[in-house]
Amino acid sequence: MFPFTLEKAGSAEAAIAAAATGARYIAGGTTLIDLMREEVERPERLIDINGLPLGGIRVEGDDLLIGALARMADVAADNNVQRLQPLIAESLIEGASPQLRNMASMGGNMLQRVRCPYFRMLDVGCNKRTPGSGCAAIEGINAGHAILGTSDYCVATHPSDVAVALVALDATMRVHGPQGERSFPVEDLFRIPGDTPHLEHTLLPGELIVELRVPGGPYARNARYLKVRDRASYEFALVSAAAALAIENGVIREARLAVGGVGTRPWRLRACEAALAGKKPDRQAFEEAAELATEGVRPLHHNAFKVVLLPRTIVRALELAGEVA
Amino acid sequence: MNMNIIGKPLTRVDGRTKVAGKARYAADFNQPDQLYAVLVSATVGLGRVREIETAEVEEMPGVVSLITYRNAPKLTYLPHKGVIDPAVGERLHVLQDDTVRFYGQPVAIVVADSLDHAEHAAAALRIRYDAQRPMVDHADQQVARIVPEAGGADRSRGDADAAVAEAAVKVDEYYDMARENHNPMEPHATIAAWSGDRLTLWSKSQFLMNEQAEIAAVFGLPTENVEVICPFIGGAFGTSLRTWPHVTLSALAARHVQRPVKLVLTRKQMFFTTGHRPRSLQRVALGATPDGKLTGVVHEGTGETSRYEQFTEALTAVTDYLYSCPNVRTQYRLAQLDTGTPNHMRGPGEASGIFALESAMDELSYKLGIDPIELRRRNEPQIDEAEGKPFSSRSLMRCYELGAERFGWARRSPEPHSMRDGRLLIGMGAATATYPAFHAPSSARVRLLADGTAEIEAAASDMGPGTYTSMTQVAAEYLGLQLEQVRFRLGTTDYPPTPSHGGSWTMASVGSAIRAACLEAQSQAAQRAIADQNSPVFGVSREGVEWTEGRLRRRGDTLPGLSYRDILASAGNPIEADGFARRDPEIAEKYSMHSFGAVFAEVAIDPDVGTIRVRRVVGAYGIGRVVNPLLAKSQCTGGMIGGMGMALMERTVLDARDGRPVNAHMADYLMPVNLDMPELEALFVDEVDPHVNPLGVKGLGEIALVGTAPAIANAVFHATGKRVRKLPIQIENMLTA
Repeated sequence: MFPFTLEKAGSAEAAIAAAATGARYIAGGTTLIDLMREEVERPERLIDINGLPLGGIRVEGDDLLIGALARMADVAADNNVQRLQPLIAESLIEGASPQLRNMASMGGNMLQRVRCPYFRMLDVGCNKRTPGSGCAAIEGINAGHAILGTSDYCVATHPSDVAVALVALDATMRVHGPQGERSFPVEDLFRIPGDTPHLEHTLLPGELIVELRVPGGPYARNARYLKVRDRASYEFALVSAAAALAIENGVIREARLAVGGVGTRPWRLRACEAALAGKKPDRQAFEEAAELATEGVRPLHHNAFKVVLLPRTIVRALELAGEVA
Repeated sequence: MNMNIIGKPLTRVDGRTKVAGKARYAADFNQPDQLYAVLVSATVGLGRVREIETAEVEEMPGVVSLITYRNAPKLTYLPHKGVIDPAVGERLHVLQDDTVRFYGQPVAIVVADSLDHAEHAAAALRIRYDAQRPMVDHADQQVARIVPEAGGADRSRGDADAAVAEAAVKVDEYYDMARENHNPMEPHATIAAWSGDRLTLWSKSQFLMNEQAEIAAVFGLPTENVEVICPFIGGAFGTSLRTWPHVTLSALAARHVQRPVKLVLTRKQMFFTTGHRPRSLQRVALGATPDGKLTGVVHEGTGETSRYEQFTEALTAVTDYLYSCPNVRTQYRLAQLDTGTPNHMRGPGEASGIFALESAMDELSYKLGIDPIELRRRNEPQIDEAEGKPFSSRSLMRCYELGAERFGWARRSPEPHSMRDGRLLIGMGAATATYPAFHAPSSARVRLLADGTAEIEAAASDMGPGTYTSMTQVAAEYLGLQLEQVRFRLGTTDYPPTPSHGGSWTMASVGSAIRAACLEAQSQAAQRAIADQNSPVFGVSREGVEWTEGRLRRRGDTLPGLSYRDILASAGNPIEADGFARRDPEIAEKYSMHSFGAVFAEVAIDPDVGTIRVRRVVGAYGIGRVVNPLLAKSQCTGGMIGGMGMALMERTVLDARDGRPVNAHMADYLMPVNLDMPELEALFVDEVDPHVNPLGVKGLGEIALVGTAPAIANAVFHATGKRVRKLPIQIENMLTA
């Protein structure tokens, strides 16, 4: 590990001021410390923001507001979260391990780094870690990598589960920065790699995530997160799907759908959503909609199975959401 | 000796120590003035070290020494081969030249005043290589496949190939099982401290005596100058049987800096130089009559080894004796790759080989339309047909009967793809498990103390099966003492020598030695009592006295008799007796000795997304006498979980470009976690084997894993009608029709 200094932030303003001059925020540390120990991350200054009052979970009308420092485990166990947005709770429980969920913050979860093994290997090329050094994964072992949103520079999968649910639900995030406060869709936080895979998100220097807002909707209670993987816990998704359906008089009025494990960012499937609207919630409709999900996929040597698994996972998630089977 | 402590389901005598965090593992033995070493591992898979930028690293904070092949002392490396070392080849010599034989080979050590400083400096070290592309893909046609020079690779009776060719019904398939790493909880760790030319190693080891001998040979020391201490092991599964380069390197570093040095491998480094279960490629061809009698069996298997040693395991051995068949041919080859030398991993060889054989038997049962258990019954041999000897005991069909009843095999519908639970596909599979009942010469010491308690010592290990507890039971039983009156100590080379803690022979070997030592101690105590003129048995002949429940009486007498305390109180000094046990060569010549078992598994498979969940595993085993049923069940449970990992998850993935394991991390190398756990049940048939050893125990550690993977693979077929001949079976394999 490279030497670093650690300061506790006395206020959000102080933290932001420090971050604007190069310090890095640290909350749960479940990504950052891990990567620092492997010397992939080498911050010189850390600002511990755990003392800031950003941990609450509250309700405003139909909207659910989750503080950036709320821990994954606490959010998953929260009554309001389970009542208003069961998809958020389910996607959190499916993520990481209990130990990690106890530590990891919601804001940190949004900014977690990728799980590509080559990203963590300092002796191989990785454009995300070292711009211009190449991508070892494209010709390497890439069974876990993305099939959507990839480029010739990076094919790493976005690792978060709850981000998939947030993107499906049109959640927004509020950030504070040197220039003040702004809010934007969570979906807009994540960049696709293009030729600049080292730029992963759209936060401006010094900006601090303070809150997530999940708007209510008629589909929120009929929502399920299905994560497909080879062991039951502590594994990243091969493919996951967050599906929410508003069904009225036996017809889908509105659908929300996003997938994980396949994209370089949490992948919203608006074409599938549109195809579902007005249909009867049955397997045929789900299969027809799911077909659209694989448009534009770019499978690699070892991950072509995801092209098969993706629509199947979507169909099952929709069935679960619609309680069809 | 009629207290029956053997056979009781007692909890662990060291349980409280472990739960309270008071058990000390190798890395816990921090020494005064100790420094910290971190290994630098090669980042190419084959080639030479061209340039090392040492100067900058040597100046980094806290760095005491940077050792590479350029400044490392030349080590003696006297010839030494323990029973767990490959018989052919020469072990890796570390930091002796610029050669890189495989990815991750140690190429430097950084020694610093703290672990942080050592890690940081190790990461900063820049090394340039002249690299070549290594050959690490076993399946590549260009890989040289050799006949193992140690011999025993081929066996044959009758004409198996012709019999298979002419058979009415046949199965002829290829099977592929992935490379695995042991991944115990506790990492490899050694603390080395020199005092003159004497070396003490606190080192994680399953074979203290060999570690002592190996390090003495490497450094050219008299064996007795090296002491190895390891009272506790946090899991090992075979990875700590051999003495790997990190032990040499910690001792080398400690001598170089003239201070004690601690070296703990990282999880990633445990995928490099501490062995692995080799990937195996196998062909099994079975020929049978329409009524299910085997007429020919061919089993050809290839394992992996390094370029510098020939690691062999019993990949095809079970096929020689498992079933009755006049025509059997087995063949074993080695693929030489640019990797570190593999080593034994729980159920070595047998576990891999039986996956192929038992998958093929299952395939044959469907082709014949005969129940898989019935097929085994029709081919149950009367003797070991390869050796032409009777089995010392064999309870395979009783295991199938007991297991089938418990599992509810009768509820299985014979057709594949025919059982459902809601939308899930249900499959039930069974497979045979077997493992040799090994035995190795061992010794032990008993000390009877004046307070009437006993101390037992042996240079054994306890990697988790409960050796502390079960050996205490054996000693208490034969001495006629209460469990609390016996203290069993292990874990140092100062104690009487024992064989390796592996191969399921610890109870057979060490237990028999403890028994012998206990009987010898009793004999000495009796003699002392007989010679004591104040004793009620004074002057009685040795045959005229007997021990019952720890008391000495005249034969047939009903008086209370003498306790050890009574006898020792008068004479004063304790009684110390050494015991030695080995298998009687005449009996070994006469019988074929193996454990047998039947494993049943039920799986539920999601037909849409291919998720495979194991719901239940039931194993029934014939393993002779069970010393402690509670520990035995625990050992079986662990073995079944290992078998689940083998069937569905475990696989070390190598990048063919440089041979690096890309998933050398606990998040990426999958093993079952709590949420994967099915109902696991182990049953033991009553089996008396008077031949294997005086204790009548056949060993359990390996057979507990062997057989689980094929039972699960067979269940997957039964659920889906899809035969996967490659382990691990994963979701990916379930997606194609």
